[in-house]
Amino acid sequence: MTGGLSIDDLQVVFSTRNGPVEALRGISLELGDGETLGVVGESGSGKSVTAYAITRLLETSGKIVNGRIVYKGSDITRLSESDLRTMRGASISMIFQNPRAALNPIRAIGLQIADAIRAHTAVTAKEARAEALDLLKSVMIRDPEARLDAYPHELSGGMCQRVMIAIAIACRPHLLIADEPTTGLDVTTQKTVMTLLARITAERNMSMILITHDLGLAAQYCDKIVVMENGRIVERGTTRTIFLNPQHPYTRRLVAASPTPTSTIDDLARVAEAEQTTHALSARPAAKPYSITDGAILLQIRNLTKRYSSNIIAVNDVSFDIPVGGSVGLVGESGSGKTTVSRMISRLIEPSDGKIIFDSKDIGAIPARVFHSVAERRDIQLVFQDPDGSLNPRFSVFDCIADPLRKLEKLRNGKELRERVRETAARAGLADNLLSRFPHQLSGGQKARVGIARAISIRPRLLVLDEPTAALDVSVQAIILNLLDRLRREDNMAFLFVSHDLNVVRMMCERVVVMRLGKVEEIGGSSLFGNPQSPYTRSLLDAIPHFDPNGQQIKALPKANEYSR
Amino acid sequence: MSVWRSIARRFIRRVISSIPAIIGVVIVTFILMRVLPSDPAVFFTSSSVTAGQAEIDSMRKKMGLDQPLPLQLGMYLRDVARGDLGNSLTTNQPVVKDLLRRLPASLELTFVALVLALATSIPLGVLSALRSGSLIDHAVRFLCTIGVCMPTFVSGLMLVYVFYYLLGIAPDPTGRIDIFVASPPDITGFLLIDLALIGDWAGWRSALDNIILPACTMALFVLAPLTRMTRASMLGVLGSEFVRTAKSVGLHSWRIVVVYALRNALLPVLTMAGVVFSTMLGANVLVEKVFSWPGVASYALDALMASDYAPVQGFVLLMAFIFVLVNLTVDVLYGMADPRVSIE
Amino acid sequence: MSSTLSHAVWVLRGNTITTCAIFGVFCLCIFALFAPWLTPFNPLATDVANALQPPNARHVFGTDQLGRDILSRLILATRLDLIIAASAVVLSFAIGSLIGSFCGYLGGWIDRIVGRIVDVIMAFPLFVLAMAMVAVLGNSVQNIIIATAFINLPIYIRFARAEVNVKRDMGWVEAARASGHSDLSVTVRYLLPNIMPAMTVQISLNLGWAIINAAGLSFLGLGVVAPTPEWGIMVAEGARFITAGQWWLVAFPGLALMLTVLCFNLMGDGLRDILDPRMRT
Repeated sequence: MTGGLSIDDLQVVFSTRNGPVEALRGISLELGDGETLGVVGESGSGKSVTAYAITRLLETSGKIVNGRIVYKGSDITRLSESDLRTMRGASISMIFQNPRAALNPIRAIGLQIADAIRAHTAVTAKEARAEALDLLKSVMIRDPEARLDAYPHELSGGMCQRVMIAIAIACRPHLLIADEPTTGLDVTTQKTVMTLLARITAERNMSMILITHDLGLAAQYCDKIVVMENGRIVERGTTRTIFLNPQHPYTRRLVAASPTPTSTIDDLARVAEAEQTTHALSARPAAKPYSITDGAILLQIRNLTKRYSSNIIAVNDVSFDIPVGGSVGLVGESGSGKTTVSRMISRLIEPSDGKIIFDSKDIGAIPARVFHSVAERRDIQLVFQDPDGSLNPRFSVFDCIADPLRKLEKLRNGKELRERVRETAARAGLADNLLSRFPHQLSGGQKARVGIARAISIRPRLLVLDEPTAALDVSVQAIILNLLDRLRREDNMAFLFVSHDLNVVRMMCERVVVMRLGKVEEIGGSSLFGNPQSPYTRSLLDAIPHFDPNGQQIKALPKANEYSR
Repeated sequence: MSVWRSIARRFIRRVISSIPAIIGVVIVTFILMRVLPSDPAVFFTSSSVTAGQAEIDSMRKKMGLDQPLPLQLGMYLRDVARGDLGNSLTTNQPVVKDLLRRLPASLELTFVALVLALATSIPLGVLSALRSGSLIDHAVRFLCTIGVCMPTFVSGLMLVYVFYYLLGIAPDPTGRIDIFVASPPDITGFLLIDLALIGDWAGWRSALDNIILPACTMALFVLAPLTRMTRASMLGVLGSEFVRTAKSVGLHSWRIVVVYALRNALLPVLTMAGVVFSTMLGANVLVEKVFSWPGVASYALDALMASDYAPVQGFVLLMAFIFVLVNLTVDVLYGMADPRVSIE
Repeated sequence: MSSTLSHAVWVLRGNTITTCAIFGVFCLCIFALFAPWLTPFNPLATDVANALQPPNARHVFGTDQLGRDILSRLILATRLDLIIAASAVVLSFAIGSLIGSFCGYLGGWIDRIVGRIVDVIMAFPLFVLAMAMVAVLGNSVQNIIIATAFINLPIYIRFARAEVNVKRDMGWVEAARASGHSDLSVTVRYLLPNIMPAMTVQISLNLGWAIINAAGLSFLGLGVVAPTPEWGIMVAEGARFITAGQWWLVAFPGLALMLTVLCFNLMGDGLRDILDPRMRT
């Protein structure tokens, strides 16, 4: 090891109300100069803790109890506070998830970059400003002179992340730690940010640790990868070996659960079966071939428009159909209006214009306020994005599932209600003993199941799913997607599947509506993925980071000359 | 420059939007005072035992109470717009004149108290946030818990007992200045400023001695909420992601605390200070009574006890007006301190 | 229900301060209920020969200017002060939280109008408003309650509005609508129970505040009339004697006020933990 980073048997313990929690249980890793290392794992695996331990920025409750972190010959775990200060920014720096929150909201970004510069070099304010301008240019921010005096809220999320990168590289560190740097950003923004990061690290011969839950991202941008689970490194190796020939069962499961451009719902089913042996799932009915031409139309959307004020049009003239038992995906980046469309169809908000024809009845004309008393309320149900926020914290699981049955099927407390709730819960893969629990006592996957059980308890004909798996880990996502697909076939439900993830939509839906800035950009069947007509759809598809499990071409670290156009 | 323009635009918008509030206050005051009370005419004629119905009626006519209510309200609104709040029946002076004469005493007391409170609570709050969980933190939190439970009139009286009776270092609680000191010129009405302007330092000292106890009483009253707020918001900011960013690039810790944490943490404290100022104006009633302070609140209280409603109305209007003014000031300051509010 | 109880016990076991506060409130209630049997002397009986005695073995808290036993008067006053505070807070909470949560949930023009009215009321110095109301309505316990309730009302409306505004857009509220609940049902069955923990804290803090307010009014000579024992009046009567060094006339009723408010405040913080289902393990 020449001047690289080497971690040896690192252990971190957090003290919590319920006693000490081991976050890292002895991890060791090495990183050479100019290398990019991917640290992948699901939530709670300890990958972020590793990052903060390296820079000694753990919360006060977290303590390094054992191990060494040797960087450039000195042990970081033993550095004094002032030595740490000299190290941070100048030799190791970080960029974070949620870039907007990572910047001081009331300080101009030029000053924030200058602060970073002046923390390590004795320059005047004027020189620092000039240097900040150069940095903004090097992170390719448009109109950098004007941006120097801008505040974070005036910039987009992607822009903020570029500013964050500028701050991180201001004092020419040799190691950059990126903690989920693109989580929460749109996929096209993610691509530009990651490309920038790869170019800058290559140009400046920096090493980088990329912490991510996204295997595709790690595969595309890293030389080496370590896989973490429960505070341990379970597998390590070059990117190629990890993805082509995963050895550890956890890695295998992770690779299998990550949607790729070619994976199908059956691939995910295997993950689900491997993981969920406890729930004896009923045999999958043979996949019915869906055809969008035959079969009745369940829902017709015609010229749907939502205006918030005269100049803000969230949804503009959107039309599409959902056949009986069919599944339509609604994809788009943030601000595309896809969620607004789904909320109008679910009759939670009023459309400004257009028709929502359900079963040849214009339900768009029924005010959202009185829709609860209409028969169609039973037919259209929702599954929400955030499993935490979508369950009433004061209702037990039983009450959550029973609520629509009580309200819409007028079932009173009694044997019949209990039977129905139990049956629904079982269909959603929830064991009986969970019924008396409260939402905060459930895992993310269980909460998602409760949300699904609640929605299907009254057997709706259309299920509107708003990013149902966006907040879940990939292995849980695989199980939930599989569950949804099975329920749909069993009940012959139609799906409106709202998602930003094209790979997921491709697996779940026969038809896709691509939205952009409130308008429909393209509508197509599954052929859309192979041969997109609109350039926007193509750019969305191109931006998805992925690895090819067949092993022909895993993208290597981009070299500087590839970008020096 | 666009910052200033947006602040100015904001200011004007807030001024316009506070007009309905002011009108609302005027109407509520009117209703409260004219509709609910027992007939004021009866009260003012009943001082002479022989008052008959005829005299009461003539009094009603004189006071305009025989007119239909909407008309009375219209007349009242017109008078208020002209700055005519009626005459006090007890002092026989225009209410506006009385109020303006006594307002500086109340404002001086409130300002001194606010400065005292801020000067103590912000360092305390910051300190306990920086050393959260330490002995200092626990002590500060204990003080705050006790502080909110202490009624001003009790703490005022206890301060008098300790510093006037036991220690003898405070003057007796009877007004703004020692009676032996020559009455100061009426420049601003703020004694501490006026006496400093004419260079009467003995008088200045006496005025300071007199204001310290009531100001401390009031400061104690608001110390707890201000300290709590400072501590909470400082803790929040210290745990925020941008402070972590500042640490990750190796900024000096004092720079992180002052430039990154404190400036952000003071934003909610600023809003709170506005609220606190208004609360203190209300609490003035009690403090002014304890210390015989010749301010507007004690004036209104005396009038209230005498069922003399014009001064009470005037006082309530004045308070509401000051409240709106304070809110405006806070708003403008906030607009300057936080660039985020300029886009709405 | 039993799980709530066992949870409460679990929380209290780890929280001495809350336990003490709840015990304190319990004692106050005992004083209020059984005051006539607990007072060592007749609280109203004057004994001029023994006037202004400092605390001693016979009169533990001393006697006032008319020779009445201060301890006895303090105990009897508990009843009145608690009744005033509790009824005022219950009144304003019941009305305020309903109005507030409904407005917050519905939004639109009703919300704006109510918001404006609340702003106007809040523009008054609230204590002065209460003063004016009592002066105008007349000096009686009932009017103190009304005035105190009235000045608390905007606080509850605002609080409920703000809480509901935050919760209104959460998934489970929309899920309730999708499950067929009307707006009224969503507000009453979903939103109100969920803002309760925050409201309970507010209630407890408010009880303290209401007591201070009522005492403040009496201190000024508004509200409860002289011979009736009440903490505010006792302080007011003792105020004249403080410059002569007779501190016990002010200190003991002041202390009673302070401890009562302290108990309510601490209990509020403790209740928050008990009522929060997320704390249940």
